[in-house]
Amino acid sequence: MITIDSLTRKYGASVAVDNVSFTAKTGRVTGFLGPNGAGKSTSMRMIVGLTTPTSGTATISGRRFADLPNPGREVGVMLDASAQHAGRTGREILTIAQQMMGVPASRVAELLELVSLTATEADRRVGNYSLGMRQRLGIAAALVGDPSVLILDEPANGLDPAGIRWMRDLLRDYADHGGTVLLSSHLLNEIEIIADDIVMIGQGRIVCQGSKTELLQAAGTVVRSPDVTALHRALVSAGLTVTASDDGSFRADADASVVGRAAYDGGVVLTELRNADSGGLEEMFLELTADTQRDTNREKAAA
Amino acid sequence: MTAITIDPVGSTATTGRRTTFAPIPLSRVVRVELRKMFDTRSGFWLIASLAITSLVATIATIAFAPDKDLTYYNFAKAVGFPITVILPMVALLAITSEWSQRSGLTTFTYVSSRRRVVWAKTLSSVIVAVASMLFAFAVGAVGNVVGSAIAGTPTVWDLSVGHATTIVLGNLVSMSVGTMLGMLLRSSAGGLVTYFVVTLVLPNLSQLLAGSQHWFQSLQPWVDLSFAQTALFEGMQTGAQWAHIATTVALWIVVPGYFGLRRVMRSEVK
Repeated sequence: MITIDSLTRKYGASVAVDNVSFTAKTGRVTGFLGPNGAGKSTSMRMIVGLTTPTSGTATISGRRFADLPNPGREVGVMLDASAQHAGRTGREILTIAQQMMGVPASRVAELLELVSLTATEADRRVGNYSLGMRQRLGIAAALVGDPSVLILDEPANGLDPAGIRWMRDLLRDYADHGGTVLLSSHLLNEIEIIADDIVMIGQGRIVCQGSKTELLQAAGTVVRSPDVTALHRALVSAGLTVTASDDGSFRADADASVVGRAAYDGGVVLTELRNADSGGLEEMFLELTADTQRDTNREKAAA
Repeated sequence: MTAITIDPVGSTATTGRRTTFAPIPLSRVVRVELRKMFDTRSGFWLIASLAITSLVATIATIAFAPDKDLTYYNFAKAVGFPITVILPMVALLAITSEWSQRSGLTTFTYVSSRRRVVWAKTLSSVIVAVASMLFAFAVGAVGNVVGSAIAGTPTVWDLSVGHATTIVLGNLVSMSVGTMLGMLLRSSAGGLVTYFVVTLVLPNLSQLLAGSQHWFQSLQPWVDLSFAQTALFEGMQTGAQWAHIATTVALWIVVPGYFGLRRVMRSEVK
């Protein structure tokens, strides 16, 4: 379990991470989601002691990272898959980890197999690796010490869709065996595929957090009927907040059951009734980070 | 590929308690850091160049030195010179690569005490330094036997154990310049440039100043590291020379090294 308590990092007058608190629970994959420069990496570096927090604490199973006697055996870390000496082979990078942590040499071959890097690829220098291969190697290096906690910064970056599914299965399996995973991404759909819990961050502040299921429900329900006017009337008279979409459907801020009941009460025939899921969550992501996003800020400044 | 399962809680799951892991011994950190000096192509050739230049220097001495200079001391000096130049680069790059190649992002998550990592790197550099000097002495001995045989002169063994020791010390001082600059600058390119300025430009400026300014002449041994170091290579004669070495090492290595270490400990690793 990772516990982050009021973590803050200031650079002069600017605040990169502002009073961030959350918990990454055992047995769950926690997705740390936010636009570029939101403070995800800085937060992760503070957890593992590479950046000193201005205030606040981060503990792993109740202990500070710096107090772990052999950190690699307890926390697997991948902060940047490309941050490796380009002249080392993939196998050598895993061997260094294996020797430093003092685990059996057989771990290297096991992990190469786990992340599907062939023997030939493992003997190539990482300078020649594709980003996807580096990510796989980085995951392998994080797993060498058989840790119970994984901290991965943008692990799905550079992976193709099949690679992302592979990572989901790997991390799912890991969490199901009692592991804790904290991973970051700036892409909502990656987090949606991989994570159980989501922590959204924008300009250093947490904007919302919860389980994916909760957040998806909060995203509302998409509902459609051939009789658009009647549906709108029914939903509004049930006291629901409704947004009309261009394609003639509505998004209501309520559970599917509540929306279905409203339509039934209004005697409206439905052709579609479903959780808003990805679209809804994305809208929320954009909405929540709207006043913290660079693009929007520029638009506002220009206006 | 998902056939292998990963079991993060391992066999301890049955007892419900996690194992407490033994701390990583320093010897292991040194061993791994030593390995990291050799396991890249550039690192390997840099250290190989220590051996190669030793051989070249020996051959050059046999070929070009006047017959009367074919003595063991001259061989050892010729063989040791390239090592004096290259060793500090080995020591410097061992430290700066963690920042310049950004591998520190993983290194410092395996061993969270940066002081420990830097200490292990320094010890690894000392091991390389001593090993390469022993190699140089051996190559020099072979050169001395072969050289005098070719020239038909008697084989002269004019290097005492005491003198050999001060030569090794002199090389360790050179090496520490690299370690100090590595900690202070944490950048391979900047570190190497500064190293060449410190070892090639500064001694000449100091020499020039001592030649033209009378007041500096008496001060030079106390502030000019390479001047004081020369005594180590040529065999220490007086107690004052030891005092010069101590003072210049404190001034040029210990003090900046201390500030470098502080920056290593405090700086953000990105």
